[in-house]
Formats: sequence, structure tokens, C-alpha cells
Amino acid sequence: MSEPLSVPTMAEYLAKGESPEILFWVGCAGSFDDRAKKITKAIVKILNHAHVKFAVLGTEESCTGDPAKRAGNEFLFQMQAMTNINVMNGYEVKRIVTGCPHCFNTLKNEYPALGGSYEVVHHTQLLQELLDSGRIKIEGGSFKGKKITFHDPCYLGRANDVYEAPRSVMINLDAELVEMKRSKVNGLCCGAGGAQMFKEAEKGNKEVNIERSEEALALNPDVIAVGCPFCNTMMTDGVKHFNKEKSVKVLDVAELIAQANDL
Amino acid sequence: MISSIIFILLFSGGAIFFTNNALKVRRNILLGKEIDRKDQFSARLKIMTLVALGQKKMFERPIPAILHLFLYAAFVITQIELIEIVVDGAVGSHRMFRPSLGGFYTFMVSFIEILSVLAFIGTIAFLARRNILKVPRLVKNELNGWPKLDANLILISEIVLICFIFMMNGADEVLYTMGSSHAQNLGDGSLGLSISAHLGPLLFGGMSEHSLHIIERVGWWGHIVMVLGFLNYLPYSKHFHILLAFPNVFYSNLNPKGQFTNMESVTNEVKAIFDPSFVPPPGDSNVTIRFGAKDVIDLSWKQLLDAYSCTECGRCTSACPANITGKLLSPRKIMMDTRDRLMEVGKNMDSNKGEFKDDGKSLLGNYITPEELWACTSCNACVQECPINIDPLSIIMDMRRYVVMEESAAPTELNGVFTNIENNGAPWQFAQADRLNWKND
Repeated sequence: MSEPLSVPTMAEYLAKGESPEILFWVGCAGSFDDRAKKITKAIVKILNHAHVKFAVLGTEESCTGDPAKRAGNEFLFQMQAMTNINVMNGYEVKRIVTGCPHCFNTLKNEYPALGGSYEVVHHTQLLQELLDSGRIKIEGGSFKGKKITFHDPCYLGRANDVYEAPRSVMINLDAELVEMKRSKVNGLCCGAGGAQMFKEAEKGNKEVNIERSEEALALNPDVIAVGCPFCNTMMTDGVKHFNKEKSVKVLDVAELIAQANDL
Repeated sequence: MISSIIFILLFSGGAIFFTNNALKVRRNILLGKEIDRKDQFSARLKIMTLVALGQKKMFERPIPAILHLFLYAAFVITQIELIEIVVDGAVGSHRMFRPSLGGFYTFMVSFIEILSVLAFIGTIAFLARRNILKVPRLVKNELNGWPKLDANLILISEIVLICFIFMMNGADEVLYTMGSSHAQNLGDGSLGLSISAHLGPLLFGGMSEHSLHIIERVGWWGHIVMVLGFLNYLPYSKHFHILLAFPNVFYSNLNPKGQFTNMESVTNEVKAIFDPSFVPPPGDSNVTIRFGAKDVIDLSWKQLLDAYSCTECGRCTSACPANITGKLLSPRKIMMDTRDRLMEVGKNMDSNKGEFKDDGKSLLGNYITPEELWACTSCNACVQECPINIDPLSIIMDMRRYVVMEESAAPTELNGVFTNIENNGAPWQFAQADRLNWKND
């Protein structure tokens, strides 16, 4: 069933004298985190399947600077931003899809003032586009009738008002989509944002991801769908905390689409 | 005649005292740094109409929204009646507009009376929510002491104010039916006020004309004294929000909530590193720039306006993931601390001929601790929740910048993250050269 992945780089496109439709910004988690790498591959499988002409920066990609900025290190953020902007402007990048809402937010909102203006979409928005234009169809029905709840990533939802794209993508799964009480604008953070992912939590009486997983698990879902590699880690840990990892899967929207199509 | 003079003195005294204090608040707010919020006039007008005037975000929580709407509507509409009260007080007339406005007058005052009854109910319910039902967000630690008293004083004042209105109107209704009201007799036998026409006789029926006149006057004077007193209480209280909510929403951040400011001073330095021929814009070199915020004067005027506009409702804190899970951070406290410190700085200036004399204190350290700042996940729930678009997150971020860039006091793990990003272009210790290895895994 599975063909080898085709992952061209911007450099390869340039060498051929061509330019891709879109740059796929993989992100640090998508490049290095074992769980997130699977999401990256799912996105690539979909892009290959839909014959999207895309490229990655590969070893020329570097952290967007988001965690540095949220942690207060504006200097490091802008150093990263300028470096990346130089690379992307060199390739005349016009359009970017990201696998992570943090990269998405930073590239879309914080790069333009530093000289990097691109059209940036989150992968769930691109998926919606591909479904709407018929470039991908969902044929398999492996999630038919399954109960799925979507956890809104803060940097996709509140930060950028994108609530419908992931949901309208998942409608195609013929699954039962259920909402947590705190969803969309009222969605509760997974606990990873603002550079919390990289530090011990401050003293409290509960971990944020436990609070959120508890809320999701109360719906008895088959799948907790996410759209962010960090939310994925936090929710996966939360599900394990309640020993539910056998019955409840934490999957990215891209993975749901790829699996439904047996990619 | 005497009463007119007393009224004019009282009214102008109250107005002058308020103006003086309001100007001090303005001065304090303008201690903040410049930030451009004067663009996009029509978008700003629209958001002010929807969010401030239309209370759009309040209706996320319907019960307090409806109760608040009662008070808000009563407060706004009552201002119309206040015009007559001021005119009557100044020239010694009584219900001056009634003869000329006729049925419309009866309608207006009746409408205000109905709203006042609703406001009365709302106020009682608010007192109950705070003191009996103890709604969690209204009894949190940061409200202990003055904030709790402040909230209750406001609500009690509103009840007293409403009672005065009904003393005034109720007694006048009874007097009018007796033919003894100072209001011009239009031969209609009753003032026809929706509530007081029934409540008046019930409370004051059968009393002597003399007593009724006293009750009416106590109500009238009590009402205006309460109004002036309340007005002058505002600059000392969280209740200043009733005035500042409107400009505060007008000057809202219109960018996506996830977009944080790019510090221009840093941009100039970074540009100079990338391009040695880059010349920073003039005017920068002689000013000592502090990175981020240590004290209130390092914040923008909008952040300071936010602080004065906050009415401590706690929606932010009740939605904050850090606070929900027992961390020290409360976005509401960030706003309260900012206002408290700003008021302290203002008082310092007042007692030092307008110059701030270093008091060895600062917002960060004396009011807000690093532990609070580091509990934030930057999820924007607080910003989303605020019914008047206050942005506690921007203050938290500006203070993190100070802690990191001026004091190099980030949590140890984060220093490791910074080193990794600097050296490998990723928050973890993976080489940038390995960035595409996932393809072959």
C-alpha cells in the first residue's frame, strides 16, 4: 500500500530551475520528535497522494524562534527570524504550510514586520483546501462511526481564529464528532504553550494536561484529535496518566486523514 | 434661592474634584510608552459599539450578563433624568421638563423607574453572588481586603441610590395626588410614574404633607449627593471601568491575538549584526533602552489604561489554565497589581512636585513575582475572556522579556533551550544537519 515518500527540498527545486506550489515548514518537533515525525510523514503522504508540488527546506530550516520569543528572549527570536527570512526570501517563497500552530502563528504574524511576508496556512487549512477542490477524497472508512473529539490548539484557535478548518476536514470521516465543554474560543490549553513544554511546570495542584485529558476522556472518545505536535505530547501523556492509551488514541488530524485513506 | 446656591456649590465642587482626579489618572496612564492605536478608526468604532456598548462578550455567560445589563441600562438611561435634576437644582424648579414634554416625560421617567427596579434586583443578586453564593471567581485570594470592600461598597451605594430615587418619586406622587407637589399641576391627578404611582401610596400613603415634603427632599438631595459622591469615588475604585471601558475597547489590539510585538530596539541591533552597513534610525543612540518591563513606566499607555479599566470580574482568572491547576498566576492580579503600582507612582509624583522620586520599588518584585510570570502558557484565554478586551498576557510577556534580557534570570531549563536554538536551530540538542533524517526513518 505504501509508496516511498517523496520529499523534495527547495534546493533541489532550485537546481531544476523550478519552484514548488508550497513550502512545507516541518518545524523542530516535526523533524526531531519521534511521535511528531509520524505526523510529518502523514502530511507528506497526503501531499504526495494529492500530487501537491511541495518542498521542504530540510537542513536549511531552523527553529522559527517561537519558544525563545514566548520565553522572553526577543533577541534570539529575531536572530532566528532574520536567518530564516534570508533563506526563504532567497528561494522566493510565496506560500507556506506548517505542521505546527506555533510555527504557523510566528511565520504568519511575526515575520512580516521583519521582512518575511508569505501566505501561511496550517496543515488543517491545506487539508480542507485539498478536500474542497477534490484533490483528495476520503475513501476508506476506518473512522466511520467512531467518536472523535477535537482539542483546539491555542495558537491555531484563539491566537488566529481558526476553528472550522480542522472540524470541516474531520466531517469527511463519517465519524461522530463531539465537543468538549471548553472548546473553540473557550478551549483549554494543553499546558505546553509559552515555552512551558521545555520547563518544569510551576508549583500547583494539578498538571494542565491532566485537567484537559480528564475533560476529553469524560466524553469516552475513541480518538482525541489534535492539530499540534506539542498538544499531541501533552494529551498522549494525559491519556497514559489515566491508563486509557489502549482504548483512546491521540491522533493528529493529518494522521486521521492519512489512515482513513490507507496511506 | 439658598438651596440653589448650595446645589451649585456642591455640584461644581464635585465636578471640579472629579475632573482633577480624572486628569491625574490620565497623567498616570500617559506615563506609559507610546504605542500606535490610533489607526483603523472605523474598525475601532465598530469594536467599541459591539463589545463596549453592545456588551457582546458579556453574553458568553448569560446570567451575569443579564444582571449586568440591568445595571448598565439603568445607569446609562438615568443620565437623561440627571439633566433635569441638575437644572431643577440650579434654578430651583421642580420637574421642569414635565409640562413641556408631557406624555414623553411620563414615559421616560417611568422607563427609568422600571430599569431602576431591575437594577435593584441585579444589585441584590450581585451582592448574593459575592457574599452568599460565593461564586469562585469572586472570592479568590487576590480580592481579600480592599478589593472585596470596594466591590461591596459599589453595590451598596447603588442600592442606596435607587432607594433615594423611589423616596423622591414616591413621596412626590403622594403629594401630587394631594395637590401639594411642587411640580406644576397639570390637572391629571397623578404623575403617572410606572412604579412610584403604586409604590408611593404603599410606602408613604397617609403621611402628613410636611413629612412627605421632607421625604421627597431627602430623596432628591440624597440622590444627587450619592451621584456626586459616586462619581468622585470612581478614580479610587475599580469602578472607574464604567467610564474607561469605552476608550479601552476602542483602543483594543486589532491584530491576531497570537501576534506578539516585535521589539524595535532589538530589530535595530539584529539588523546591524546581519548588515554592518545598517544605520539605525536617529534618536535611538542617546536613550538608555530597557528591554522589557520592570515597572509600570516600561509598559505602554494602553497596558496602563487596561489596568485602570479592569473591574476585577475575574473571568480571565477563571479561564486561566495555570490558575485552574493551582498555580500562583492570576491574570486579574496582574492587572490589579499594575494599577496599584501605578497609583503608588502617581501619589509619589503628587507629593514630589510632579517628579517621580525613586522609592526603590517596582512592579516586578514588589508586586508580581517571577513564579507568576513563568506559570503562563500564553494561551490567550484571559485575553479572550475579558469583556472589555484587556490584555494581561502582553504585560506578562513584557516582564518575561525583562527577566530574560536584562537579568538573565530565565529558569535553567529555558537557558538550555536558548543555547540549543542558538547552536543547533532547535530547542533540543539535535544537529541541524540531521533535520531531514525523519524522511528515511
